[in-house]
Amino acid sequence: MIENNLPALQVVLPLIAAPICVLLRRGTLAWLIAWSASWAAAAVAIALMLRVLDSGTISYALGGWPAPWGIEYRVDPVNAFVLVLVSVVGAIIVPYARRSIGTEIRSEQHYLYWAAYLLCLAGLLGVTITGDAFNVFVFLEVSALASYILIAFGRDRRALVAAYQYLIMGTIGATFIVIGVGLLYLMTGTLNLADIAQRISEMPLHRPLLAALAFLTVGISLKLALFPLHLWLPNAYAYAPSVSTAFLAATATKVAVYLLLRFSFTVFGPSHVFILLPFDEILLVLSVAAMFIASTVAIFQDDVKRMFAYSSVAQIGYITLGIGLASTSGLTGGIVHLFNHAVAKGAIFLLLGCVALRIGQPGISQMAGLARRMPLTAAGLVVAGLSLIGIPGTVGFVSKWFLVLAALEKGWWWMAGLVLMSSLLTVVYVWRVIEICYFREPSADLKDADEAPLSMLIPAWIFVVACIYFGLDTSSTVGTAAIAAQTLLEAMQ
Amino acid sequence: MNALDPQLALAVPALGAVLIAIFGRWPNLRETITLITALALLLVVASLVPLVLDGERPSVRMLSMLPGLSIQLTLEPLGMLFALVASSLWIVNSIYSIGYMRGNNEANQTRFYVCFAIALACTMGIAFAGNLLTLFLFYEGLTLSTYPLVTHHGTPEAKRAGRIYLGVLIGTSIGLLLLGIVWTWSLTGTLEFRVGGILADKANATTTGVLLALYMFGIGKAALMPVHRWLPAAMVAPTPVSALLHAVAIVKAGVFSVVKVIVYVFGVENLAGMSSANWLAWVAGFTIIAASIVALRADNLKRRLAYSTISQLSYVTLAATLLTPVSIIGAAFHIAAHAVSKITLFFAAGAIYTASHKTEISQLDGIGRSMPITMTAFAIGALSLIGIPPAVGFISKWYILSGAASTGQMWVVAIFIVSTLLNAGYFLPIVYAAFFKTSRDEATHGEAPLPILIALIVTATLTIALFFFSDIPLRLATAVPALPD
Repeated sequence: MIENNLPALQVVLPLIAAPICVLLRRGTLAWLIAWSASWAAAAVAIALMLRVLDSGTISYALGGWPAPWGIEYRVDPVNAFVLVLVSVVGAIIVPYARRSIGTEIRSEQHYLYWAAYLLCLAGLLGVTITGDAFNVFVFLEVSALASYILIAFGRDRRALVAAYQYLIMGTIGATFIVIGVGLLYLMTGTLNLADIAQRISEMPLHRPLLAALAFLTVGISLKLALFPLHLWLPNAYAYAPSVSTAFLAATATKVAVYLLLRFSFTVFGPSHVFILLPFDEILLVLSVAAMFIASTVAIFQDDVKRMFAYSSVAQIGYITLGIGLASTSGLTGGIVHLFNHAVAKGAIFLLLGCVALRIGQPGISQMAGLARRMPLTAAGLVVAGLSLIGIPGTVGFVSKWFLVLAALEKGWWWMAGLVLMSSLLTVVYVWRVIEICYFREPSADLKDADEAPLSMLIPAWIFVVACIYFGLDTSSTVGTAAIAAQTLLEAMQ
Repeated sequence: MNALDPQLALAVPALGAVLIAIFGRWPNLRETITLITALALLLVVASLVPLVLDGERPSVRMLSMLPGLSIQLTLEPLGMLFALVASSLWIVNSIYSIGYMRGNNEANQTRFYVCFAIALACTMGIAFAGNLLTLFLFYEGLTLSTYPLVTHHGTPEAKRAGRIYLGVLIGTSIGLLLLGIVWTWSLTGTLEFRVGGILADKANATTTGVLLALYMFGIGKAALMPVHRWLPAAMVAPTPVSALLHAVAIVKAGVFSVVKVIVYVFGVENLAGMSSANWLAWVAGFTIIAASIVALRADNLKRRLAYSTISQLSYVTLAATLLTPVSIIGAAFHIAAHAVSKITLFFAAGAIYTASHKTEISQLDGIGRSMPITMTAFAIGALSLIGIPPAVGFISKWYILSGAASTGQMWVVAIFIVSTLLNAGYFLPIVYAAFFKTSRDEATHGEAPLPILIALIVTATLTIALFFFSDIPLRLATAVPALPD
């Protein structure tokens, strides 16, 4: 019974847990509920993943209503991978969060924070698992509204402005998406993604379909912070509470990337998107611009969190670059980077949360001497930083390898050069942090600071160790990503 | 003795690093662990030598890092030679480090020994790498693990040097070498080191020329001009680091990779047929002469030694580029010969600094009287690098010159002759001043502490002894398969 309803449980568990948190109105209880819901969601995601790899795509009719009347949940290797990523990140972050929000958020608001977190998790999982276009929009809004709240909880008053900015941009994005979905419904008469794909492949690419693709792409690009639609991201990440930043950086943009993959490859089909339209050219140009411009901007940031937020924009560029290359190696690289960047950025933002616990949000000069006072935190930052650069033996290397390989397979040696050159920009901003942490005497703020408690260090270091483990043994990540890439490209052959 | 597992060569120093970190609070115990680790490593490496000399090429696969590509260790003569040199000199260098670090009251000694052990583990990984990916992995590991050693003093000057060090080494390796490796993979579908090369018949002349450039400048550790700047910068490190890492492990990892790539990736025969590869000999020749001229003008002793290293490294590169079996023997043997000679010179420089705090050559007048052992060792190292028998440097120079003469490229012969003169020009005045000039100030110091002297004597003796007992290194160098059977 439970086994057959796993797809529904994936979303329903956190969705139900959220109102329970509000009813209980107690911070600690809410935290325990959030903890159990996240772990249950992670277990469900892993079970689903194993079943998909074992026996192929799962189709689940919600409430027993078959598509096209009801909503279909559809799990294939692509979204199974994303489900695992999102839910496992949540499961690791929740135990960490208690101490961190303890200092960053007033205690009477904790239960609201957990409710928002659970809604956000449910929304993200829902977007990923559903096979229904309108349902995508609904869950996207659920997660987005919850994430505005998660950001607005920041104790810096600028968090409110950042959340408001994000709200405006996010709403524009959502509107575009709903227009796109509406146009699709108009042209195909169905909301089921698989059916839409089927009908589109049978009809010529009429202008409303082109418009739908344009609206959807721009809307989703806003959500995934594709350069130059990234303007909401740096402030949102910089001023949100540490936990929110880590969670959103590791999951929200990744789910949006998944949507882009889903719509461009499965729904419209690579033959339409890549052969008839200059979709890939546009994506490639924007990706390269993101890699260089955002990295350069990151170099000049003073706020460490903001610096790594710009770095996220650059790293998203690598992911979309992989999509734009539209080959097996390119997509594998993009999808693996989706995972790798989640791990590395998760580690960095959690470690910065450890610093924030002791001295508040650090400017770069306040990080001086961090290695003396908080050696484990500093060492973790070094490892995660090396992973961002793409040093062999870390996860970042693996994805870069595939991206360079994909560029060379197309004969684009200059693109391969650009990917590697932009890695060198990463060296500059990462090393700025490392030098300050290791070569300076501890700053006045750090004088009496000591290491963050284990409840925070252990989750952070799980991400750090994952940076190395998945850099050396890549059979699971690359294996899954390669299957996902093949699934997506099937329509192209 | 039975052959041990090659994985042990990585595991022993890695374990040593962990133990040193744990017992860092008790300096005597910590140093004992360093010495035991070094000794154990030499035993492991030495046990593998007979196996390789018997013609066996055992190979172990470890983790699968990328589909179809795993971390792989394979024993072969060139790597064996490099591992043997690095591991035996590590013992001597550890003794020296103890004397130096304590004699100069250096801070953060535990970090120093830990990083040193990790660097040695990476060096072994490079020496035994069975494919380019493994080589690259440990190559980057070596750069990163030695960064804290270069910046050991933590001064602004050290930080600046660290930036150059990392900027050049990481910049070239990620920007060029990695591109070359991925390109090779996309052309051939393999990265394994194979006799005769994997690129033969897979790349046309232009591609081969471009790839060669990516590799040669990508391997920044070989210090081919213009990617040599990191080496003089690294001289801010404590002298034991300059001695073992910047005269033996790191720079030799560079030229070792160069020879390895030429022999096993491009293939000697393949490369010999391509005119697009000729430029390399000119660049290497230019580096030899230009670096020697800079060395001639340097007054800081370590800086002069650093530029001398840059020039000597290009001996190896140039010898490999000649693409004749004899010159490749010379290239391989010079890795060993230059290592023992240059480490002696650095040891001497460190001994002078520890005893008298002198760093400039102009201050060394008459120092041979207060430090006769040190300066005798220095003279032996210098003679070896000039190439005068009975010192080991003569042997490699002999092979390289025979190789050059046999190809009929007289300009190469000329380069080596000019370079020999330049070597004499920048080394002999130091020896002369030390022994025959009178000191301007009254010498109040004697020789350096005993561990330093022991290390110095051992390497100086080795420099001479290897001339007479060159059997094992020469057999290993000869076994490097320049041509497919």
